[in-house]
Amino acid sequence: MNFSKAKFAAAILAVAIAAPTAASAYELTLPSLDYRTGPYAPGGIPYANGYHDYFNMLNQRDGGINGVKVNVIACETGYNTKKGVECYEKTKNAGSGALVYMPLSTGITYQLIPKVTADKIPLVTIGYGRTSARNGKVFEYIFNPPATYWDGATVAVKHATDIDGDLKGKKIALVYHNSAYGKEPIRTLEAMAKQRGFELMLLPVDHPGQEQKATWLQIRRNKPDWVFMWGWGVMNQVAIKEASSIRFPMDHFLGIWWSGGENDVLPAGAAADGYKALAFNAVGSDFAVHADITKHVYEKGVAIDQSYAARIGETHYNRGIFAGVLVSEAIKNAMSIHNTKEPTPAQVRDGLEALNITEDKWAELGLAGFTGPVTLSCADHRGSSSIAVQQWDASAKKWNIITDFVAPLDDVTAPLIAADSAAYAAENNITPRDCN
Amino acid sequence: MFYRETGQFKTNYADDQAIFPIAQDRWGIYIILGLAFLAAPLIMDDYWGNAILIPFLIYSLIALGLNILVGYCGQISLGTAAFMAVGSYASFKLMTSFPGLDFTIVVILSGLMTALVGMMFGLPSLRIKGFYLAVATLAAQFFLIWLFNKVEWFYNYSATGQISAPERTAFMFPVTGPSASVLYKYYFCLCIVVITALATKNVVRGRIGRSWMAIRDMDIAAELIGVRPVYAKLSAFAFSSFLIGMGGALYFGVWLGAAEPTEAFGIDQSFQILFMVIIGGLGSILGAFLGAGFLWLLPIVLKNFMVDMLGLSTAFSEHMQVIIVGALIIIFLIVEPHGLARLWQILKEKMRLWPFPH
Repeated sequence: MNFSKAKFAAAILAVAIAAPTAASAYELTLPSLDYRTGPYAPGGIPYANGYHDYFNMLNQRDGGINGVKVNVIACETGYNTKKGVECYEKTKNAGSGALVYMPLSTGITYQLIPKVTADKIPLVTIGYGRTSARNGKVFEYIFNPPATYWDGATVAVKHATDIDGDLKGKKIALVYHNSAYGKEPIRTLEAMAKQRGFELMLLPVDHPGQEQKATWLQIRRNKPDWVFMWGWGVMNQVAIKEASSIRFPMDHFLGIWWSGGENDVLPAGAAADGYKALAFNAVGSDFAVHADITKHVYEKGVAIDQSYAARIGETHYNRGIFAGVLVSEAIKNAMSIHNTKEPTPAQVRDGLEALNITEDKWAELGLAGFTGPVTLSCADHRGSSSIAVQQWDASAKKWNIITDFVAPLDDVTAPLIAADSAAYAAENNITPRDCN
Repeated sequence: MFYRETGQFKTNYADDQAIFPIAQDRWGIYIILGLAFLAAPLIMDDYWGNAILIPFLIYSLIALGLNILVGYCGQISLGTAAFMAVGSYASFKLMTSFPGLDFTIVVILSGLMTALVGMMFGLPSLRIKGFYLAVATLAAQFFLIWLFNKVEWFYNYSATGQISAPERTAFMFPVTGPSASVLYKYYFCLCIVVITALATKNVVRGRIGRSWMAIRDMDIAAELIGVRPVYAKLSAFAFSSFLIGMGGALYFGVWLGAAEPTEAFGIDQSFQILFMVIIGGLGSILGAFLGAGFLWLLPIVLKNFMVDMLGLSTAFSEHMQVIIVGALIIIFLIVEPHGLARLWQILKEKMRLWPFPH
């Protein structure tokens, strides 16, 4: 081997492996664990764009948060937990040090919970992740506003009750992604099945979810009254197509919020009309924030994904914005509580616990009527929650929110959360902290 | 010039039977071990440890295990990830049932447990060969993963089917769980890998290893010269699964810390390790390390190079990386079907003649 070539190769290798370091000025560093590749990209891309665009807009419009620039670092995970961990280790010391993580993956969340707790970096999982992390006394650095999967399950059952009346003797099928994510609601649904006397059918769908013929054959044979779905990525599109091919009544087919994207329903065309999904935020691009994003980000040509301009306002995109608002407000809180311009991750944790975004505050942020208030505290890391049902209108090609934003049934989930977080605390020798 | 055996005389049996009979090779391995043990702390941080070196060591161990089965004994297996899962779940159950148990013992017991399961799934190999055996091991892959998903006892009835490693110590210091020091975890894995690689090297050049290779090269001829296929094949399955099971325990306990069966132990994982063995070199200890390095480190290097140095978008880099690694695999297999280990051997032979080749 030619030795100068070998040296050159070694030098490139060394530089390429070493994580980027050494940024001079302080920046608010927010790693974004994106996934724009693989079978979950249909959900990952809009969300990641929303998150990036929101901070990009703050940088362009206001010069950052309270004048401090935000640096969003993208790292591709492909919804894969191993790559997620690699991204975490790579970005946690990048720039001025990572302030908040949002992996948009329940699998990666489980992987990161012990790590961020040891590194004292907050992990915010909006509408996904580990439900019992709501108990802030045990999970100090994990937040799951504004809704958890167990909340989603209670609202789904509540919606079914609103439409069909008493569920006694009825049959509900749960079509779920066979992973930690999909299995989350099972406990709650089982508890509610016992309480309300309906029969629960569990139908797992294996990664990546393209093969569902057998699942829908079972549905055709057993004729459940309702089908709930915990799906993600291509699994959603396939399920909706299969449901339409067995002529399952779409208005009795209800997905979790992650199964309610535009990408999920469009491939099924007119057959998807009437399909429902839960939602914790409004849809559409009629908010002031979207106008600002268009003006400051897309028109200046500085967006991370310039070709996305026509699609802003999609459901998952808006959730990216939602995540961005929570983080930026938490950073503002951290700055004012600790009177600093350079908050640390632990201070941002305090900022998150002090989060109080009222209806007026949402309006002030340019998102009037976007969602209900978000109020977190030391003990309650989910806070106030408001969930609605949205329905797809295939002719207009848009989602419509068809119910009010309602609170989930906390009386069902509270004992489950207490039991699960206590088990976690016991397993990991955590003494629940005092929150007074 | 500097790689030449002239003047190195072997005057006793010990010299003649040494693993590295050539002094330069011996020194090379000492230098590599020296770097691995002494220089690693200099560069070690969480990223190097958790994302690069520890996974590399664990994959090397698992590839070593598979290499025994595929490379030395010629029994193809597509169930590697399932055997890793057996090791992982065994270690999880042991860790949670016996909290005081040293993690070293957990790793060894998990390996033994996997060896038992491996032997069970190796039984069909006594009757079927080649592609048919591959299909039988594929059944192991799907059956075991289904089992770990279905039976709640395996994941201690947790709500999500996810298992997470509690904090456990090895020789007094924590080696699993979030507060374990990355350097200690690295040394723990390194020691296990070095010891098992040494043991494996000695097993494969001894009587058992020779019987495996006899079976691989021609099973009927092997039977005629007195190798019993039952022992040879099942011992290969047992030894291979033992290493894979230990690797699985480290994979889950030390590296990932949490796992769910369908993702961490999916069929892709089985293929990835089979590729490591094939690219690295079938029937070579070095090959397991080279293969693991190629398939674990190269994608990370490419990704970091494209994203951080060239500033390309993350999605584009990811796609390019898949294309480049895929193309390299094809190129390697065309240029040198016997893998990277064979390339190294050719290089050594060239160096012995350099600068005056024939």
